[in-house]
Amino acid sequence: MSIAETQHKRLVEADERPERRAIVIQPTSGWAGLGLRGLWEFRELLYFLVWRDVKVRYKQTVLGASWAILQPLLTMVVFNVFFHRLAKVPSEGDIPYEIFSYAGLLPWQYFSTAVASSSNSLLNSAALIRKVYFPRISVPVASALGGLVDFCFAFLVLLGMMVWFRVVPTPAILLLPIFMLLAIATVVGIGLWLSALSVQYRDVRYIVPFLVQFWLFATPVVYPSSLISEPWRTIYGLNPMVGVVEGFRWALLGTNPPSAAIFVSALVTATLLLTGMLFFQRTERKFADIL
Amino acid sequence: MSIAVRAEHLAKAYQIGVGGERRAAYSTLRDQIAAAFAAPLRTFGRRAKPRTETIWALDDVSFEIRHGETVGIIGRNGAGKSTLLKVLSRITEPTRGRATIYGRVGSLLEVGTGFHPELTGRENIFLNGAILGMHRSEIVRNFDEIVAFAEVEKFIDTPVKYYSSGMYVRLAFAVAAHLEPEILIVDEVLAVGDVRFQKKCLNKMQDVGQDGRTVLFVSHSMSAITRLCSRAILLDHGTVLADGPSHQVASAYLSSGQGTSAVRTWEPASAPGGQVARLRSVCVRNEQLEISDVMDIRQPVYVDLEYEVLQGGRLLLPHFHVHNEEGTRIFTALDLDPQWRRRPRPAGRYISRAQIPGNLLSEGMLSIHPCMLSLSPNQEEFSVPEAVAFQVVDSHDGDSARGDWVGRLGGVVRPMLTWTTPVSPDQGPP
Repeated sequence: MSIAETQHKRLVEADERPERRAIVIQPTSGWAGLGLRGLWEFRELLYFLVWRDVKVRYKQTVLGASWAILQPLLTMVVFNVFFHRLAKVPSEGDIPYEIFSYAGLLPWQYFSTAVASSSNSLLNSAALIRKVYFPRISVPVASALGGLVDFCFAFLVLLGMMVWFRVVPTPAILLLPIFMLLAIATVVGIGLWLSALSVQYRDVRYIVPFLVQFWLFATPVVYPSSLISEPWRTIYGLNPMVGVVEGFRWALLGTNPPSAAIFVSALVTATLLLTGMLFFQRTERKFADIL
Repeated sequence: MSIAVRAEHLAKAYQIGVGGERRAAYSTLRDQIAAAFAAPLRTFGRRAKPRTETIWALDDVSFEIRHGETVGIIGRNGAGKSTLLKVLSRITEPTRGRATIYGRVGSLLEVGTGFHPELTGRENIFLNGAILGMHRSEIVRNFDEIVAFAEVEKFIDTPVKYYSSGMYVRLAFAVAAHLEPEILIVDEVLAVGDVRFQKKCLNKMQDVGQDGRTVLFVSHSMSAITRLCSRAILLDHGTVLADGPSHQVASAYLSSGQGTSAVRTWEPASAPGGQVARLRSVCVRNEQLEISDVMDIRQPVYVDLEYEVLQGGRLLLPHFHVHNEEGTRIFTALDLDPQWRRRPRPAGRYISRAQIPGNLLSEGMLSIHPCMLSLSPNQEEFSVPEAVAFQVVDSHDGDSARGDWVGRLGGVVRPMLTWTTPVSPDQGPP
């Protein structure tokens, strides 16, 4: 077969290929959906971004992944000394304050680090966003999920502490994943909002540390929520992390179950997540131009 | 063939701030709050931005590219080339118009975006592949080939922060080159890396083009464009100025830059050269000594180097190289004028003229690279690659070296040789 014939054959074959998927590029206006399809199509990218975050986090540190355990452990010690011993903040029931605060710190530390890294994730990936196409939503979502690995390490320590303090978990432990999901959804919702805002307003970078700090005191991490009296309890429930922390303690340590406010929390989280996705998709198209 | 890319009236506007920066749209909360106080009635409307100006990086760009075509995009800095690639790669949205892309797109706008310095070469291949849209299975399948292409076998488990810049670039290109998209969009990424690797990348891209895949390629190198691309699109101020066979568009581009590609002049202040001599102009002339960028293959071509000798008393050797569009140097010509051989030149203005005989050069785009050497001690005074360029054409009149042959004819030179037929049946055996 001559070269020309081969060439021709190839051209014909190319023409007979199954219908190609057409991508239409045009200005979009208004709301652009939730972005779930793109997230699913690029799920492998999501996996690799999480994997990168985890791999890189403790590179060139002497203690390596032990930091995942040391951070909550040392915080617990500090809280124990300052809040429990000095400020006489009580625990709940007869649960040792150490394990009481650590069980609250677990979801809290995940929340605070994940919110911080997720909010800054777009700014940190600016070079990538300016040069490569991929669903932008992968970036803050991957940052939100990256913290889960640390969470798992710290969780193992909690199990060790439970054995040490002889705390028997209740059957409610089966509900633990639901509370964790609530925490993840909250982080993703906030992360989407703040990261999208950070592209336009760099102020976000400075607001987040304060936000997280105030949020800590609005969450029953260092104190039991029983300290809050009723008219305020309901408003308190607007903070989704209240339900998460209460749920954690209930499932693991057998404290009082979370109040009905947990449903308010879930509703708040769902709203945050949904509006976050909508807002993110709406502003996404401008990211590459502004970053 | 079916359409791969269709652009219809694409336009892209950027807001430019007073400082000329592109990120005027970026503002702090304070600005917004201040604006809200300053104009309470406008708070919910669009913010008034009197200090910004709209620049159309792309303005009504339309074209169609078929599957299997290799298209070069050329134009000056700021002509809209990169914006066009960004729009087609879905990185940024057009302000107006529409583009439709049929097939899987792989775009490589910068080498090594997404590489993480702390990760090893192996890890970065997977990460970068995923970022570019490859599936894990594809990366696994191509892994060995990528490593071999990048020539980093020994360091594959070393963090890339310890790589030399050459290794880094090689690895990054290798990943992208194995993306196997149906439509490959490549920005000037070949400007990096050593010459040998650049050649390898060009060859790889040529393979992609010959595979029936579509390639869109932005470059400043006319030789790369004419070599890789059958077609070129010339952009200027965001609009399509020319669209056609790459050698035609390339020469149109060279002409649009300085009136014609056949002459180039320099002001004394910016003239290439040093203390001894400076190049003031270069031009190519046809047989009638007219400046021209199209030359008849049968006619001689004159090359003029105009230079100023600032420091008299040196032995000078003006010369030039001739390159074809593949970047191959065809020959180097040294000044042989007996009048100035072994004779120091006094200060002043000179024009040295060389005659390239007719029926020597091959058809195509040729560029002249003028140089000046001062002798004993030898020192390069100036050297300007691709200073001027011209097209050698054959009018197919039958009296050129191609005779009556009308098909493709390769070769870097095309001399007219004398042919005889000492033996033929007409005259019988000798």
